[in-house]
Amino acid sequence: MNYILGAFKPACHISITFSDGKSRKQVPLKKENGQTAMVPLFQSQENISGKISIEPVSGKKVEHNGIKVELLGQIEMYFDRNNFYDFTSLVRELDVPGEIYERKTYPFEFSTVEMPYETYNGVNVRLRYILKVTISRGYAGSIVEYQDFVVRNYGPPPSINNSIKMEVGIEDCLHIEFEYNKSKYDLKDVIIGKIYFLLVRIKIKNMDLEIRRRESTGSGANTHVETETLAKFELMDGAPVRGESIPIRLFLSPYELTPTYRNINNKFSVKYYLNLVLVDEEDRRYFKQQEITMFRLGETS
Amino acid sequence: MMIADGIEDEEKWLAEGIAGIQHNAFYLHRAVDSNNLREALKYSAQLLSELRTSRLSPHKYYELYMRAFDELRRLEMFFKDEERHGCSVLDLYELVQHAGNVLPRLYLLCTVGSVYIKSKEAPAKDVLKDLVEMCRSVQHPIRGLFLRSYLAQISRDKLPDIGSEYEGDGDTVMDAVDFVLQNFTEMNKLWVRMQHQGPIRVKEKLDKERSELRDLVGKNLHVLSQIEGVDLEIYKDTVLPRVLEQVVNCKDELAQHYLMDCIIQVFPDEYHLQTLETLLGAFPQLQPAVDIKTVLSQLMDRLSNYAASSAEVLPEFLQVEAFAKLSNAIGKVIEAQVEMPVVGAISLYVSLLTFALRVHSDRLDYVDQVLGACVKKLSGSPKLEDNKATKQVVALLTAPLEKYNDIDTALTLSNYPHVMDHLDAGTNKIMAMVLIQSIMKYNTCVSTAEKVDVLFELIKGLIKDIDGTLADELDEEDFKEEQNSVARLVHMLYNDDPEEMLQIICTVRKHIMAGGPKRLPFTVPPLVFSALKLVRRLQGLDGEVAGEEVPATPRKIFQLLNQIIEALSNVPSPELALRLYLQCAEAANDCDLEPVAYEFFTQAFVLYEEEVADSKAQVTSIHLIIGTLQRMNAFGVENRDTLTHKATGYSAKLLKKPDQCRAVYACSHLFWVDDQDGIKDGERVLLCLKRSLRIANAAQQMANVTRGTGGPVTLFVEILNKYLYFFEKGNPQVTSAAIQDLIELIKTEMQSDTATPDPASDAFFACTLRYIEFQKQKGGAMGEKYDSVRI
Repeated sequence: MNYILGAFKPACHISITFSDGKSRKQVPLKKENGQTAMVPLFQSQENISGKISIEPVSGKKVEHNGIKVELLGQIEMYFDRNNFYDFTSLVRELDVPGEIYERKTYPFEFSTVEMPYETYNGVNVRLRYILKVTISRGYAGSIVEYQDFVVRNYGPPPSINNSIKMEVGIEDCLHIEFEYNKSKYDLKDVIIGKIYFLLVRIKIKNMDLEIRRRESTGSGANTHVETETLAKFELMDGAPVRGESIPIRLFLSPYELTPTYRNINNKFSVKYYLNLVLVDEEDRRYFKQQEITMFRLGETS
Repeated sequence: MMIADGIEDEEKWLAEGIAGIQHNAFYLHRAVDSNNLREALKYSAQLLSELRTSRLSPHKYYELYMRAFDELRRLEMFFKDEERHGCSVLDLYELVQHAGNVLPRLYLLCTVGSVYIKSKEAPAKDVLKDLVEMCRSVQHPIRGLFLRSYLAQISRDKLPDIGSEYEGDGDTVMDAVDFVLQNFTEMNKLWVRMQHQGPIRVKEKLDKERSELRDLVGKNLHVLSQIEGVDLEIYKDTVLPRVLEQVVNCKDELAQHYLMDCIIQVFPDEYHLQTLETLLGAFPQLQPAVDIKTVLSQLMDRLSNYAASSAEVLPEFLQVEAFAKLSNAIGKVIEAQVEMPVVGAISLYVSLLTFALRVHSDRLDYVDQVLGACVKKLSGSPKLEDNKATKQVVALLTAPLEKYNDIDTALTLSNYPHVMDHLDAGTNKIMAMVLIQSIMKYNTCVSTAEKVDVLFELIKGLIKDIDGTLADELDEEDFKEEQNSVARLVHMLYNDDPEEMLQIICTVRKHIMAGGPKRLPFTVPPLVFSALKLVRRLQGLDGEVAGEEVPATPRKIFQLLNQIIEALSNVPSPELALRLYLQCAEAANDCDLEPVAYEFFTQAFVLYEEEVADSKAQVTSIHLIIGTLQRMNAFGVENRDTLTHKATGYSAKLLKKPDQCRAVYACSHLFWVDDQDGIKDGERVLLCLKRSLRIANAAQQMANVTRGTGGPVTLFVEILNKYLYFFEKGNPQVTSAAIQDLIELIKTEMQSDTATPDPASDAFFACTLRYIEFQKQKGGAMGEKYDSVRI
């Protein structure tokens, strides 16, 4: 029994440290077990370097057929569990086959790594980056250690950013014109706008602005679309009359938004919509949905 | 039943709301005490969510609001203290805007905004502008009104007013004005919109709820008036036009009435005066149902009070032509509001008139102008039927009287009678009474014929029958009262100049002659006496030169009187006419106008013969005639004889014996005037006395025959007294023997079997005897005379 247990016990302890681990920004990442851990943050084209130390459990030697570290970018579909699509896979061989008797440290470096996609945790899909250390062993099975890290890519503000202005209505019933100051918002932006009531023949109770995220995964017949309402922000209380204009000022920072992702590796897309909802006294809902593009602006701090 | 349930439910909902606030307040206090900003925001938002209810009436909602308000004060203190929560005010300003529900979000935003302005990290105007804009998000009338009134409340002491710490650096008083005006406009819109909420609700209930909230709206105007920097110029160019624009455009009667009133109340009178044109310009644009007259009256009241406050402001009134503008505005309002009932229009004129009287008391033309305008308005319609309108017209007409205390002034107003023409007969009379009472009260003397003419034209409702009045509708007592007033009025017409006085009399005569049979008995006597008074006055004037053409001579007046009284005798009211003839005769006698006096007597006798049929009246009349005739001294022997003869003749022809008897012994005086050169015809005196004695005897016998008892001896005693009188006066024909006989006769009569005991005549006789005894005792010449008389 002890023997068997001993066999499953890791024979060594692997730790991965980043060379700038102390100074690098840490961000929370939700792990599979639901807990949040702080992990380092990178962006594309960065050098990812550090050290991997392997310390055998005291008094034991580790026999191996070689040690390697991989940098993997994976897309994981929840409905297709355990099926990873690696869109990035870089390998560094750390050691030739041999034996480790005592703590041994290997430096590693992936320079200017191309990481075009951002880490994403969705409803049906997950995109993650990991460092994977593998100590290959013949009969005993390999020893593997993972280290998650997060990638976020910053872009410049879009050169063209028109406002969204639209007149919508139901004939002889409701006619409104709304305006959002931009069509593309960065994640910490504020949506400023106005809603003009051109014709009001229904008794409106209130009006909300919703931020909705539409995540579509798969393709063709297997496309799964999941829509979440991330924000429900009351814009107006009570019934306006013709000629009223209602201000919009919605701060985006409190909400957990990501940039808009379009067709990431042909696997999934994440889009954002502003949904203007009017509710009348009989709780009927009138709404108009408009796509907005989210982007991540280079942080100044 | 439903309503009762509704009230109960409301109580329940309110209790729930209060409980919700208290619950969250508990956690809010804990968060604040432990300097936990996040928790504080969370619980304050939850607390404020209680205000999102739609189920409470404004009254109850206010209760809830006040509780939340108290908590917000506490929260504001916490926000102010950056050390405690470690968040800059700018961040805080953003942070509170993360709240998902709009109402809590905006309450919090206003609260932080207040701290923000105080911190001076941003210009006050920017913060204020942002707040007032963001508050648009609440469109629910009640919730919006309370939210904005919260905004008004927290911003009151932070307006960039002149002298305020928030002024400067581009923050000017105009920003403060703009802010308040905008908040006012939005609040008014919400308030007006309340009436469209829910068609099921009863309008009255809604109106009641709305008026409960009106002060929230009006408060803004109050704030505006309190801003130091709002000088006349800003008020004129910005404040007033914008407020009026909102008032006019909201097209809501309740709001328009209240707000116009508000404007007038909160801003200084001086401003009103200087912006009169603008202010008044709004009135014709108001809804027809708005009670403009009350509001305008308020304005005029205030302005007239202002004018009264000091003499220095009066030139301002003239400078801005306040009256002309007001008058013009009222004209326009009346023109614009075709539907306005006449009463409304007239009450407007009443206000204007009051204003004119108070401010421009020296400008009678203004008063007349108002009346003229009123006439114009009234002339479009037939006589007023509306009770209220009539009342207003009376008020309109009474105002100048009360102001000037003087009928004279009213009489110079050319439009005054025209206004009266539009009253119905009843009111016309009331008004006429008011006029007369005014004259009486202030003891005004109307002194020219012209004015008298106008005055009588005014009170013609009393003077003559006006078409359409049915005489039997009149209450007898009222009629008497009215006519007595007219009679009193006649005495108030006086001029020292006899000529003018005569003119006055002629004028009065002209008017009252149209009065008809019922009025003349009341109105003629005062006129006659007024004329006689003039006669006496002329008589007193010695300067009268005979032959010269003087318009006012007694002779002329007597001619006039003759005609006047004749009218009365035709009415017929013969007894009264007779009395008046006698009065005139006496006056003529005093003027030594024998023919005139004779003529009057003749008239009196003719009346007596032809018209006075009632025996009682005859008795009275004959005594009057005798009395008057006795005093006449202008007559020559012949005329006198004729008249006395007539009088004696009439006396003897009276119906009842006692009356005959009395009249005859009264006639005895006609022959014995106790004057220096009076007639003293002792023989004829005795004849009269003897004749009366005979009649008394006959009366006694008649009584015996008809009733079996003798009548009382009173008549004898009376005759005895006459005997004594003439005896004492020294009539040689009346002797002590005759007296002695008469006493005996009376005694016999009294002791006869048939005599009816009568204590009164017994006493009378006893007194007479005692008098004789007394004279005897007195001694002297008189005592000697009586000596021979034995009792």
